[in-house]
Parts: sequence; structure tokens; C-alpha cells
Amino acid sequence: MADAAASTKGDLTLSNLVKEFGDFRAVDDLSLVIPEGSFFALLGPSGCGKTTTLRMIAGLEEPTSGKIAIGPTDITYAKPYARPVNTVFQNYALFPHLTIFENVAFGLRRRGVKDVKEQVTKVLELVELAHLAARKPVQLSGGQQQRIAVARAIVNRPALLLLDEPLGALDLKLRRQMQIELKWIQTEVGLTFVHVTHDQEEAMTMADTIAVMNEGRIEQMGTPVELYESPKTVFVANFLGQSNLVKGKVESTNGDDLLVNVHGNRIVVPANRDFSTDNHERSVLIGIRPEKISIEHPEANTLGGGVITDISFVGVSTQFQIQMPWGQELAVFEQNDGGASHLQKGDTVSLSWKPQFTFALDGTADIDAGTSVNPEEE
Amino acid sequence: MAFVAAVAKRSGNVRGIKRPSTPYLLLIPGIAWLFMFFIYPLINLASTSTQTPAASGEVGAYVQTFRFANYIDAFSGARDQFLRSIVYALIATLLALAISYPLAYAIAFKSGKWKNLLLVLVVAPFFTSFLLRTVAWKQILGNEGPVVAVLKFLHILGPQSGLTASAFAVVTGMTYNFLPFMTLPLYASLERIDPRTLEASSDLYANGITTFRKVTFPLSLPGVVAGTLLTFIPAAGDYINATLLGNPRTKMIGNVIEARFFDIVDYPTAAALSFMLMAAILIMVMVYVRRAGTEELV
Amino acid sequence: MKRWLSKNLIKVYATLAFIYLFIPIAYTMAFSFNNAGKSNLTWRGFTWANWQNPCGAPQVCNALGNSLKIGGLATLIATILGTMIAFALGRHRFRGRSVVNILIFLPMATPEIVLGASLLAMFLNLGINPGFWPTVIAHVMFCISFVVVTVKARIASLDPKLEEAAMDLYATEAETFRRVTLPLVMPGIFGAALLAFSLSFDDFIITNFNSGTLTTFPKFVYISSSRGIPPQANVIGSTMFILALTIVLAGQFVSSRKNRV
Repeated sequence: MADAAASTKGDLTLSNLVKEFGDFRAVDDLSLVIPEGSFFALLGPSGCGKTTTLRMIAGLEEPTSGKIAIGPTDITYAKPYARPVNTVFQNYALFPHLTIFENVAFGLRRRGVKDVKEQVTKVLELVELAHLAARKPVQLSGGQQQRIAVARAIVNRPALLLLDEPLGALDLKLRRQMQIELKWIQTEVGLTFVHVTHDQEEAMTMADTIAVMNEGRIEQMGTPVELYESPKTVFVANFLGQSNLVKGKVESTNGDDLLVNVHGNRIVVPANRDFSTDNHERSVLIGIRPEKISIEHPEANTLGGGVITDISFVGVSTQFQIQMPWGQELAVFEQNDGGASHLQKGDTVSLSWKPQFTFALDGTADIDAGTSVNPEEE
Repeated sequence: MAFVAAVAKRSGNVRGIKRPSTPYLLLIPGIAWLFMFFIYPLINLASTSTQTPAASGEVGAYVQTFRFANYIDAFSGARDQFLRSIVYALIATLLALAISYPLAYAIAFKSGKWKNLLLVLVVAPFFTSFLLRTVAWKQILGNEGPVVAVLKFLHILGPQSGLTASAFAVVTGMTYNFLPFMTLPLYASLERIDPRTLEASSDLYANGITTFRKVTFPLSLPGVVAGTLLTFIPAAGDYINATLLGNPRTKMIGNVIEARFFDIVDYPTAAALSFMLMAAILIMVMVYVRRAGTEELV
Repeated sequence: MKRWLSKNLIKVYATLAFIYLFIPIAYTMAFSFNNAGKSNLTWRGFTWANWQNPCGAPQVCNALGNSLKIGGLATLIATILGTMIAFALGRHRFRGRSVVNILIFLPMATPEIVLGASLLAMFLNLGINPGFWPTVIAHVMFCISFVVVTVKARIASLDPKLEEAAMDLYATEAETFRRVTLPLVMPGIFGAALLAFSLSFDDFIITNFNSGTLTTFPKFVYISSSRGIPPQANVIGSTMFILALTIVLAGQFVSSRKNRV
């Protein structure tokens, strides 16, 4: 049991959390600890249980079983207004009948805080919208509303700030800007942020730690670099960025390396990057990120005989689709530094990469897990 | 496992604090009012409908004898008025639909920034009294009024004829008086249509008429259903228009019920007629709603 | 010309429809200035006298006063009861919902004459004489459904996230209701009250059954219609029209100012 009941700081602890809606298990035995002061992201496709988890932490949903605690205090069944947690809602949920000032002052007034005016003014200055205090929410742009939603929550100095897809309603450019701003605000106020999103790029930009959720469970938790470079499941490998996964059979072990037979080619996988969990003498999926592959430079790991079927130029890189002799299509991203510019559709090429970039996953897993979900769908 | 059990126990306690009784407390006063002053009177009326005059012969005294033949007697005595009510109400409903649909359509799609003002203007005439409006029509269509004068001048109307005290005047009054009940639901459903669906239709090779037939009208159907019901129901039970604008041969079922109640003090017949009217309307409404495929009435 | 007509056909039609709608109003207003003498059936010359003394005709202001009293009381009670039902339906899941929905729908689908006759029959059975209070009771009964439907629509359009946000910001259930839910539903309640008042004020059929000798404004018009109603009634009708129009337009103006970006 990952119950960190011993925690005495302001860490958020979820222990064996379960939420069922009728027959449907939205959150399935979830346990994790979110350290005080961290920027934590719950990442997953829609319906993975991330929003339900957030709502249970906020007190808007009652868990079927399990425990939620902040530091030593059990808040599992505390009312939403009786817990030191505030939420930045998706689409903000600003009170349309109140001014910006009164929106931000709402929580302070309910708690009977004395210097409301001073605190509201301060937080409005932090989000640089003090001049709009007298306006109504409808008179603000999307980005401004977003910042007011953040201000309304952080002015209460909660132990925990929850962000439910806070940037989903903004256009791409504004989203990038707000990502940086939110990160800055978090460092400034030093609160624990728990951020729910389906946007893997957003999660990677902002969070110190990401938990990837799928079907009510955590697939993998770690820093953005850990998750990207060493995905432990097919779902994570496909959902976070793009991966080439190819079936192979482990032939032997050579020192710290596994030697894998991939359609007749010998591929080297460092033993410490073998994340498969079942018995050896087995089939595995070997994985390699598209940008790690080189078409031109020979490396220790090579798959030959591929035919280029599609080339698309995307600015910083060129993306190739390459059909391998066994019929599978693999993706390769080449930097646009002049190296691969002569390649054309129909060319036969070899794909090479350094062994340390390779990882191995369970061969029995569904090779498409995490790809068919449309992350934009909500 | 003990942990889970403990949690389950605790959550049970917490759920007890939530009050499932709240909705019932909110409902009790209003629903009680409806039971006392709507449902009970109907039951009472049902009981009255099968009574017969008391042996004492006193006016207005009746005893319960469960004489269901009252219904047959009541109907055969008021068959013409009954059918007339339905027919007049149907004609008025169709006329109101013909007038309101283009009007609601124009407000929803062609009025631009005047939309809200026009909507207010549609309802505005009905801020004056129903009775005043009907009396106004009586005088406008009356023998000394402008309409008759013009029609006589044009020799459309003979020198001895008039417009009031006729079926024409009754239906005109009904059509006018229930118009907002038609226009508002129509507007509400038309306004909800995304104009882009109409553009998509014309983009997909539909001409104006086809677009209307295949896209606009089906999408506005909930409004048509609600509007026709809201017009038909009060029109069928109305007797003010028939009294003020009609003649003895345009009397409607409402006139009969009222007269049975007040002039003849024949409560059982009035009650039986009321029930038949209500049943006829409910049956027609149900059949209509079924066929129109909408059950969103409330 | 033909092209213009086919392009603007619907606008021409709408204009004609508006003229049709306003003919009786124009007539009523014009005849409020009629120097009527004994009969207000024909035009006998212009005068301000009726507007200067709207209570000049016997009974007119007495009837108006009764209508205002009944309308005010019925609106107050029906709005409170109807709003409570609307909250129960709009914010709670409970057994018997569909029964309540049907019970709310039925009075709206029942002809007024049946409502009026059944209530009177009950009052007579119970030995209660028709008059002021039976009329108020009857008006509350038929107004409740319209209040429920109007307020429920407003509650349904309310984003439940707003109430969650209030709870999240330390407002208890009661504070959430008072500070967020109620202010946001208020326009719907206000609209429902206006609707209830106008239904009550304008009602003739149900009132005719249950008011006995008491005269309301519509009843007054009905009774005096055979001789042509006194022009003072036209003054009152015109005033109601202008008043209601002003309230609605002012409301629209305020809300459009509020929402201006």
C-alpha cells in the first residue's frame, strides 16, 4: 500500500482511491503522493479519470473508497468549502453577476478575512489586471478571464491549487504564453499546483512531475524527461510524443546489453532500458523515438531495406514515413540541417540509431495503445 | 481490507448528512396547492357529472346516482357547439400558424439588431386586456366601423350585410387573441437554428424551398408543436370571442358550459361537458404529440 | 420591382402582420380620447377629459383596484410556490419527478373553463361563497405552472460549475445559494412574476366563475361591452400597455448595457 500516512508536511496523499459511477470504474485504486510546492500534472486522454480524481480532491465528488489527505489531515469527506483547496475551473466559472474585484474577493469574504481590498489588489497586480477590477467577466477576453480565475483561487493561499484544463479554451499562441505565466506564478507564490490536462506538450512544459493516466489508473509517473526518454508502457510511449515500436525476440544477453532479433536484424538494447515485465526468453517490443533515428549515419542498431513512402516538411524538421520489408510503417524525423534534403519518395534507405536510445517493452502489449485516442477530444 | 471497511462505514455516515428530503420540502406547498385546487376539484367535478336532481326538486340540489347516461344526454344536447368549438379552434390555430411562422422567421433571421425590439412588439399588443382587444375588434368590424364602410363602398359587401355577429368574426377574434402563444414558441425554436446549417444546405445544392422543407421546417418542429398546442387548447375552451363577436348560431362549448352553470344551474351537465372537452383535448394532444414525435412539452 | 418584392417578401409580410397586431391597440388608444358621452361606439370628437379623470366612469377604478389586488397577491404566492418547485425539479433527483412534471403540465393543458367550473363546483360544495379569496386561490393555481416552467428554464441554463466554484471558494451550501444561485436565477423569477401578473390581471373565464359579485377589470369590460365600454376603460388599457412596454424595454436596455463588451 503506497500510503504515505507518515507525511507531516503539506504533501497531498491519495491512497487506494476508487470512484465508481454505476458499473463504470472511473478511478481505479489510485495511490500517489504529490510533494508540497511541486507543479504536478495529471495527463491522459478524455475519460481516463483525471478530472474525476481532481474533483475528488476538490471535494466536488465523493470517493467510493480510499483516502485523501493533505499532510496529516484526512480530507476525504470534507465539504468543498471546508478544505484548503481551490480550483481553476475549465472555462473559468467566473461569477457573471459580480465584478472582477468581487469575484476575486469571494473566497476572502466567505472566510471573513479582514484586509480584503489590499489582498485583492495585490493579486490583481500579480496577474497584471488591476485596472479591470470594476468590470464584469463578460467584458474580459479569454486570456484575461483565465488570469482572473487563477487570481480568484490563489488569493486564498490554498495548500493546493487545482487546475482543470485551464488553458483548453485559449488559442495556441495565448496558450503558450499562459503556460509560461502560470509556471511563473507558481514559482512566485510557491503553492502546490495540480494540473489536469490532455495536452502532453502543456504538461511537459509546465510540470515538474507528470502522472500519465489511462482507464482510471496511473500508467507511469516521473519527470517529463523520464517519461519521454524511458516510457515504461506502450500507452505512455505512444501518448507522449510518437514512438516506433517493432516486435522482436530476445536472443541472448551480452554483458549489460540484450540482443534482440527484429525481423532478422540484431538490435542492441541496454539491459537497464528493458522495461518489459514478463519472463525472459520471450518476445518484446523494441522502441525508438523518430527523432533519434538517422537515415544517413550508420550506427550500432540498423534496420535496412526501408522504402520512403511519404515526406512532409514541418519547418524545424522533415518527417519521413518509411515502409519496412515486413510491411510496417516507421516514422523518422530529420533535422533540417541539410543532411537529408536529397531524399525522395521511393528511395530505399537504412534506419540507424545509437543503442542507448532503444527501449524494450512487453511484447504481448497492444502495439497501438495510446495512439487511437484523440487528445483534442473532450 | 479493514481500511476499506472503515472508509465505507464513514462515508455512510457522511451521506446521512445530505438531506434527500430537501426536494420534497420544496415541492410540498406548491404541489399541495395543485392537489387541493386543481386535482381535487376535478375529482369533485367527475363526481358531480353523474349526479341527478334531488327528490326535493330544489334548484341546484343534486344527489349522486352514478348516472353515466348524463354524458350521452349532455353530448346530444350540445353536439353542434362541441364540434363547432373543435372546428373553430382548428381553423384559428392554422390561421395563427400561417400568420406567425413568416413573422417569427423574419424576426429570427432577418431583423438584425432590431430583433429584441421586434420581439417585444409582438407581445406588446397583449399587454392590453384580452377583453378590450376583443371589444375593439367588435367595433372595428362593426356596422359603423371602418372595415364595413370600405367594403360597402367597394360593393364587396351588400348594403344590408355586416361582418360582426358571424363565424368569420369569431374566428378572426380567436386567431388574433392567441397569436403570441403561437409566435413565441416558433421564434424560440427558429432562433435556435444555426444559420450555418441553412448555408450548408444551400451549399449542398438545395434551393430556397428545399432548404425550408428539408432543414428549416423540421428543425422548427418543436416550436410548431408547442405553438399549435398553446393556441388550440385555450381556443377550444374559449367563449368570450363567441359571445362578443358571434351570434346564437356560433355558440361554442364554453358558452354551453357557462350557461348550464349559471343560467340553468344544471351542474351535472356542465360537469359532463367539461370532462368531455378536457378528454377530447387531451386525446387530440396526445395523438398529435405522438405523430409529431416530440415529448418535450414542459 | 418584382425582384425587390421577391427579395423582401418576408419583410413586407412581417410589416403587414405588425399592422394587423396593432390595429386594435391603435383603436383602443384612439377611443380613449373620444368625447364619448353615453356610448363609446362611434367617434364624437377629441377630448383630454378621460385621461384627466380615469376614474370618471362608475366602477372602473373599483374594478381596476380589485384586479391589481388579486394580481399582486396571486403573483406573490404563485411565484414563491412555483420557484420552490422549479428548484426541486431543476436541482434535485428524486422519486416521483415525472409525476410532478405531469402535474405541472396538466393545468396548462386544461381549458380555462374546466378549471373555473371545477373550482366553483368545489367551493359551492364546501359552502364557500365565490368572491375575492376564491379568485386569488384560482389565480395562484393556474399561475404556478407558468412560473415553474419559466424559472426551471432559467435554472437549467445555469452552469453548475458556478455553484461548484462558490463551494470551492469557501461558501457553504446556504451562502452559495444566496450569493450565486439566487442572484443568477433572479431574472427568471422576475420574468415569471411578470408573466403570472399579466395572466392573472387579464384572466376573465376563471375569474368569472369564482368571483361572484366582485368585479375585476376584464369582468367590467365584459359587462359593459354591450353599450360600448366607457372611454375610461380605454385609458386604463392604454396605460397598462404603455407601462408594460416601458418595463420590458427598460429591462432590455439595462441588460444590454450590462452585457456590453
